[in-house]
Amino acid sequence: MSNKILELNNVSKIYGELKALADINLSVNAGDWLSIMGPSGSGKTTMINIIGCMDTPSTGSVILDGVDISKEDSSSLTRIRRDKIGLIFQQFHLISYLTAVENVMVAQYYHSMPDESEAMEALEKVGLKDRARHLPAQLSGGEQQRVCIARALINSPKILLGDEPTGNLDEENEGIVVDLFRRLHSEGVTIIIVTHDPEVGDVAQRKIILEHGKIIDDIDQSATFGEALKLRSK
Amino acid sequence: MFLRMIIKTLVRQKSKMLMIAFTVILGVSLSTAMMNVMLGVGDKVNRELKVYGANITVRHKDAALMSDLYGLTEGLGVNDKFLHEEDVLKLKSIFWGFNIIDFAPVLEGHAVFKNSNVDLIGTWPEKNAILATGEELHTGLKSLRTWWDIQGEWLNDSDSDKDSVMIGSALASQNNIHVGDSITLTNNGLTKTFRVKAVFNDGGNYDEKILMHLSDVQELMHLPGKVSHIEVSALTTPDNDLARKAAQDPRSLSPEEYETWYCTAYVSAICHQIQEVIRDGVAKPVRQVAESEGTILNKTTLLMILITILSSIGSALAISNLITASVIERSQELGLLKALGAYNWQIALLVLSEVMLTGLAGGVIGYFVGIGFAQIIGQTVFGSYIEIARMVILIVAVILFLVTLAGSIPAIRYLMALKPTEVLHGK
Repeated sequence: MSNKILELNNVSKIYGELKALADINLSVNAGDWLSIMGPSGSGKTTMINIIGCMDTPSTGSVILDGVDISKEDSSSLTRIRRDKIGLIFQQFHLISYLTAVENVMVAQYYHSMPDESEAMEALEKVGLKDRARHLPAQLSGGEQQRVCIARALINSPKILLGDEPTGNLDEENEGIVVDLFRRLHSEGVTIIIVTHDPEVGDVAQRKIILEHGKIIDDIDQSATFGEALKLRSK
Repeated sequence: MFLRMIIKTLVRQKSKMLMIAFTVILGVSLSTAMMNVMLGVGDKVNRELKVYGANITVRHKDAALMSDLYGLTEGLGVNDKFLHEEDVLKLKSIFWGFNIIDFAPVLEGHAVFKNSNVDLIGTWPEKNAILATGEELHTGLKSLRTWWDIQGEWLNDSDSDKDSVMIGSALASQNNIHVGDSITLTNNGLTKTFRVKAVFNDGGNYDEKILMHLSDVQELMHLPGKVSHIEVSALTTPDNDLARKAAQDPRSLSPEEYETWYCTAYVSAICHQIQEVIRDGVAKPVRQVAESEGTILNKTTLLMILITILSSIGSALAISNLITASVIERSQELGLLKALGAYNWQIALLVLSEVMLTGLAGGVIGYFVGIGFAQIIGQTVFGSYIEIARMVILIVAVILFLVTLAGSIPAIRYLMALKPTEVLHGK
């Protein structure tokens, strides 16, 4: 029985004369850790927007958890995104006037029902329980990104989707966040991350390279997966 | 969570929200003031216009007919038709009796003075009485001729004042009569001497007449208990189509229309009710006065409505700019909420709730400020307080809701079209 969580079939995205994605075929199994790399303008963000139900392909189909999301309307995409996707952004995008725990609860509120104790558990999972009552401005970049990860995880999404999640972090905080991904992966969370950083790309189980909207390389890093992580930890 | 987000947004954006509240305060206060003045101005303007005299005249039906058919205001068929003095106080017993502010019976007569004929006006200069309802009445011609320039003193209701007269300024000047002089009047073999209590200047044909107590003219003319006509000053509602239709023939109205007309203070309804209590009387509006009142009232009301509409549009535009600026400033935050799974309507509800709460606070303050404005207008323009109409609260609430909603439309359209991908990937 297939455990595919995501399948892109001949997906293209065309803006006028620009083909941001060209006939992309990709499948991701549940529990995989995939990194998407490539130079600027290669189509990484377009791909993550489509996978994250924030955009639709011009052609082709996207099967997410058994549902073809390529033909869904905006309202359905919102519902699917809310139920199946956890988003992490390069710039964290925390609501500045809400505390860390409240930022996590916002995602709960729009999903189902806010529950402070659950939100606190999510923060504890990312090591920020004692910083729960702090405003984003009172947290370091790494801490803000961990709040962002807690928020992405709070509704138990099928896929954790990161757009340059370490792009705004120093080396130390980058290490903390990567360790967190490792732990989440070991717990069975499917992770898809767009990154420029080769070190972050290398620690994933699988890496695809995009160029001019096409996958030019699809590298299985399972063999070096553990080693890379150990090196990364050191 | 929803409430927490709203409260924290309001606190965080307090300067913008204060600007919105201030805009609402301005708009609502102006609307409240204008509407209270508009609803209270009818009686105020009416009372102001009462200084220009009666707006209804009651005559004997035959005299009125002669006037209507042949334009006759004197002569046989006019001067020999009288109403009864005892009916005059019945004016206050009609359905709209409370709206009858002042009235005075008039008996026109003549007498010989210094070998010449002079016109006499017999009236109630002042009348104080207690009606059957227990209501105290204070009326008379003095209240209907407030513009008269008087040398001396007005005639009054006291017995000691009988045998006193007031003389028109032209007549007094021609005959070199002064306050305190005595004059002798003769008619039909009856001669009486009167003391001149005042010389008045009417600016019209009354200046050549002698104003006397009604009883004195009745005695000189040998017409006890008779009056030629009654001048009535009533607070009326401006005519509309129904009133105009009724004025032509009340029998043409349906029962529902008749009830509406009868229970509204149209001048035609008041005239109709006066005819029900004055024997042989026909009440007719003094069109110039009645129509002027209606015109002034309608124009004043229109002006107030225009000011209310303009202030509402101004508020909506200002609110629109402020909210749109606020939403653009928060586009990342609102885009994030969409990315986290918020539907468009949920975000619209969040923004609208913030604005409505701010608007509500501004509206409450604006309402009370508006009441203050209304009182200032009342004191400055009419010299009295404006009665606060409770229905204004409801109207202002509806206007506030619509203005805030209309002002929010551009911002709501903006956030509906907002794509999370456009605001969240800024690098």
